[in-house]
Amino acid sequence: MNLQILRLIAGRLAVGVVSLLIVSAIVFAITGLLPGDAAQEQLGQEATPEALAALRQQMGLTQSGPERYWQWLNGLLRGNPGQSIVSSAPVADLIGSRLPNSLMLAGVTALVSVPLALLLGILSAVWRGSWFDRAASMGAVAVVSVPEFLVATLAVLVFAVHLRWLPALSYSVDISSPGQMLRSFAMPVMSLSCVIIAQMMRMTRAAVIDQLRAPYIEMVKLKGASPARIVLAHALPNAIGPIANAVALSLSYLLGGVIIIETIFNYPGIAKLMVDGVSQRDMPLVQACAMIFCAAYLILVTLADLCGIVANPRLRHQ
Amino acid sequence: MSTAIETIPPAAVPARLVPRLSRWSRTGLLGLAVLVFWLFIAAAGPWILPHGSGDMSTAGVFDAISWTHWLGTDYLGRDILSRVMDGARYTVGVALAATVMACAAGTLLGLLAAVNGGWFDTVLSRLLDTLVSIPSKMLALIIVAAFGSSIPLLIVTVAVVYTPGAYRIARALAVNINAMDYVTVARARGEGRTYIMLREVLPNIAGPLLADMGLRFVYAVLLLASLSFLGLGVQPPVADWGSLVRENIGALPTGGAAVIAPALAIATLTIAVNLVIDNLPGRAQANQENR
Repeated sequence: MNLQILRLIAGRLAVGVVSLLIVSAIVFAITGLLPGDAAQEQLGQEATPEALAALRQQMGLTQSGPERYWQWLNGLLRGNPGQSIVSSAPVADLIGSRLPNSLMLAGVTALVSVPLALLLGILSAVWRGSWFDRAASMGAVAVVSVPEFLVATLAVLVFAVHLRWLPALSYSVDISSPGQMLRSFAMPVMSLSCVIIAQMMRMTRAAVIDQLRAPYIEMVKLKGASPARIVLAHALPNAIGPIANAVALSLSYLLGGVIIIETIFNYPGIAKLMVDGVSQRDMPLVQACAMIFCAAYLILVTLADLCGIVANPRLRHQ
Repeated sequence: MSTAIETIPPAAVPARLVPRLSRWSRTGLLGLAVLVFWLFIAAAGPWILPHGSGDMSTAGVFDAISWTHWLGTDYLGRDILSRVMDGARYTVGVALAATVMACAAGTLLGLLAAVNGGWFDTVLSRLLDTLVSIPSKMLALIIVAAFGSSIPLLIVTVAVVYTPGAYRIARALAVNINAMDYVTVARARGEGRTYIMLREVLPNIAGPLLADMGLRFVYAVLLLASLSFLGLGVQPPVADWGSLVRENIGALPTGGAAVIAPALAIATLTIAVNLVIDNLPGRAQANQENR
């Protein structure tokens, strides 16, 4: 680690924080400022002017836009993003009860999909052009070019309906044994993994092929190294940066996938909470959930860039 | 910031925007045929439906495939074939309108940024880059939460989501062309900015832009299908393919055609467009070199 690398990392982190701030302003502008009068919306057309004024006062709508944004941001940072309009429970409590479920789903999916995707990606890069590579690539393209709910639907059809290995669309809330938990977890994790693996495999394959085409690999080949040695000792160490970048970027697709998967399997996570919030137009809830997703996305993207910076050998050895 | 993988098509400009049929590969032709089929169904939909898309049949709900109902019936006993054909209008129509809007706006802004340069370019690029750092589904969700989801609003929402991506590509391509000698010559000749943008730069980036538009159309179809699947897209009584999957998800345990048919419709459309883009004549060579 030298000074230049630290400076680059600090710069990238600063960009991440500034982006998050601007994203929060965009989210608040779209959901809080543009749609018009939230008090009117809540009370309907027949509301008396007095009731409207009272509710506006209570919701803080009498203040200017920037003031409201500042208050909202402040609350968000202190862990108090306001009250749900629909259930009048604090948004923090609603999210708090659901967030662990989503983190668990995302975590297990990452644990399953990262090793598998790396293996598939590296193998199809090494054997590029073979039937294995073509089959894997075609499968990946097929998965990437259809919506996530289609993948989930097909998974249900195959594993729950035809093979009867797993329960289909129900998520049992009362989990008593680890075996039961595994069973109710399997379908969502499997569908989500398919989507992530397809993305990650394609990127890993591209990253490794990039290295295998480099002149130094030609040199290693000419020296008579075995194929395994070429890949494991020479190509892979140099591809780690791009691969780590690919892993972090693909994991950001988890965020989009999780919205669909939680809905289709009725999984009590934060994405389901947000979708319900959107259909009931529960703005404080939607804002808080959106910020969690955007923050997670920015963290993963920043992480991907940091991996790229740290793994760049030109910066490491000076 | 590398938030999304954008594939910039090679800069080779085909002599014709849509190449002659004889130059297409077999896979490309297959994709083209499926795409034209769906475009035809979407355009001719209302006149060729075998049954009214809202008519409830006497056959009952989730009826099996039969001569009267080629793909069976849905959860209310409506003819699935008619519903899918009618849904093509919404899926293809809304996605196409949104894509055209996004690409028009993105190209216009990209051309302006590339030709003008300076602070205009910097501010616009930074602003749109930040929009990209909101995941597309998330951006669509919060816009729908704020404004609801009528069809015109859906078109605008999807267009807003995909404008930054279209802008990035158009700007990157235009910056390259803008540095060409013939553009400098045109400037020296005293041509105005509008002339340079539309007559010098645009024709030379039109080919790659068209391929990019195809990709964006796929994204738009997927996003719309996902929104409708969540119940936040096209609203009943009309239904696009995403809503059809949502409505008939009850047929899943029995493996009914009611839920498989609209799902397959989405898959065939998006895969067909992908095939067309990957097999565009003139790109085949570039693909081979990459292998």
